[in-house]
Amino acid sequence: MISNEDVKKLALLARLNLSEPEAQRLHKDLNSILGYMERLQKVDVSKVDPMSHVHGATNVFREDELKPSLPVEAALELAPDHSGRFIRVPIVIDQGGEN
Amino acid sequence: MAQAPSRNGKSLNGVVMEFEAVIGLETHVQLCTKTKIFCSSSTEFGAEPNQHIDPVTLGLPGSLPVLNRQVLENAIMLGLAMNCEIRRYNRFARKHYFYPDLPKGYQISQYEEPICERGHLNVPMDGAIRTIGITRIHMEEDAGKNIHDSRTHSSLIDLNRAGVALLEIVTQPDLRSPAEASAYLRTLRQIVRFLGVSDGNMEEGSLRCDANISLRPVGQVKFGTRTEIKNLNSFKFVERALEYEIARQMSLLKSGKSIVQETMLFDSATGATRSLRSKEESADYRYFPDPDLPPLVIEEAYIRSIQERMPTLPEQRSKELVDGYGLTAYDAQVLTVERMNIDFFEEVFKVCQNAKLACSWLTSELFGALNTAGLDLKRSPVSARNLGELVKLIDSEAISGKMAKTVFEEMFATGKAPGEIVAARGLKQLTNDDDIAKVVESVFANNAKQLADYVGGNDRLHAFFVGQVMKSTQGTANPKKVNDIILSLIKKRRG
Repeated sequence: MISNEDVKKLALLARLNLSEPEAQRLHKDLNSILGYMERLQKVDVSKVDPMSHVHGATNVFREDELKPSLPVEAALELAPDHSGRFIRVPIVIDQGGEN
Repeated sequence: MAQAPSRNGKSLNGVVMEFEAVIGLETHVQLCTKTKIFCSSSTEFGAEPNQHIDPVTLGLPGSLPVLNRQVLENAIMLGLAMNCEIRRYNRFARKHYFYPDLPKGYQISQYEEPICERGHLNVPMDGAIRTIGITRIHMEEDAGKNIHDSRTHSSLIDLNRAGVALLEIVTQPDLRSPAEASAYLRTLRQIVRFLGVSDGNMEEGSLRCDANISLRPVGQVKFGTRTEIKNLNSFKFVERALEYEIARQMSLLKSGKSIVQETMLFDSATGATRSLRSKEESADYRYFPDPDLPPLVIEEAYIRSIQERMPTLPEQRSKELVDGYGLTAYDAQVLTVERMNIDFFEEVFKVCQNAKLACSWLTSELFGALNTAGLDLKRSPVSARNLGELVKLIDSEAISGKMAKTVFEEMFATGKAPGEIVAARGLKQLTNDDDIAKVVESVFANNAKQLADYVGGNDRLHAFFVGQVMKSTQGTANPKKVNDIILSLIKKRRG
């Protein structure tokens, strides 16, 4: 089960702006889902490998060969705002790009 | 400015305490594949903003990533070069965080299942070898670039770099000083360049690193609290940032304060590190296996085929130069800094068969001239073949070392072959004994009085005759032979 605080943290991580009633409703929904999960947790899966992919395909590659890019206009058209060839967004102060 | 020895005395309750630095590096190496890791857009550096984009780069709904085969091959090759175990079953994972240069809202990376694990790298350090443990190497995609514009209070996004293939190489906390950290990075750069997996160009961001650093009292096993310095993009900055951070942490510890675990940025203008965000607030990445990318199953035969195609590594080639060619360890090190150097050297050697002369003409004359001209070996006006021919002419005493310098200058200026220059200038060294003897006899005939004195016992005149012979041959006679022939002809006359 999760707390109301957990719900707010999840909303922050997903960049969702929840009102208090929305948060409370989601809290209830999430706990009902998690309750079901808890029941599933009781099943013995010690002899079952975790499944991350459903189709069983492996080793799907492409060769290192160039294909034409999209025209820049196509990208800029989809962006809320742009400046010259750049996509423009509200300033990001934290310089915490991961790479 | 920070003057930071990695060890320093500290007096606490009358006990002198010494600290040592514990450093681990996470290095991102940008691969030099033609296309991005999961799509077919170009990785060209310096293109117009947003020139190399496509639906996968933009994270458009419905687009699917497909792994570039070359990226996997390069990752395995680097892993083998760094003595790693190659994981047989690989999955990619999504690492979630919100940042405008990451359009999907997650970075495709590897998490619990990196392609390479448990390796080590031998790093030459002050004439000895330090073995640095490698925790892991994994494949991931790069993010785009942001330009912050405070004037309009906006950030400008260029996604050309988004999706370019990276390998992240993580060391064990085995490094003990800023100099060791820099030596490790240089060795890593040398290896990726030898393998041809990356250009290792730090100015263009192809090699950048994050450093974890903590201090602990010497003799203590447990690590101290560490800080992480992000995004160091030159060898010099790595050293300076670590020196500053060591000094900062030491002064905190000396005054009885504790270190806060946090992420720092290094400001190259001030030479100082500053706090970026504390680790406690650090994001929750919510890793999970990426369902868009099927798992990789790596066969033994595939690993073997990569191993067979791998070029010989600098460590091994350096050993061959010392053991096989009789070069000094120093020469071997200079020649193996770049694969280009050693390949060039071997071409020169093939022609001339004299390793020591080939090495000295390559490393002092050619490198010197290239350096002055601001050129690299790739653009050398003197080809390996021509340098080999020149060394051969010197080795066979067809020309003297002094003449060779003149010939070399002309080779460098014109790109001509040495034989051509020697013939055109009539520079050929006089080495035939009979020819030299003829010149000596004619010099004797023209200096009858001095000759009589010399034969009579005035040995000081020997130098005079050598000088006269060299003068009359315009310096083309082999001086050692001139010397010997004069001595033997005088001896005959003295009977």
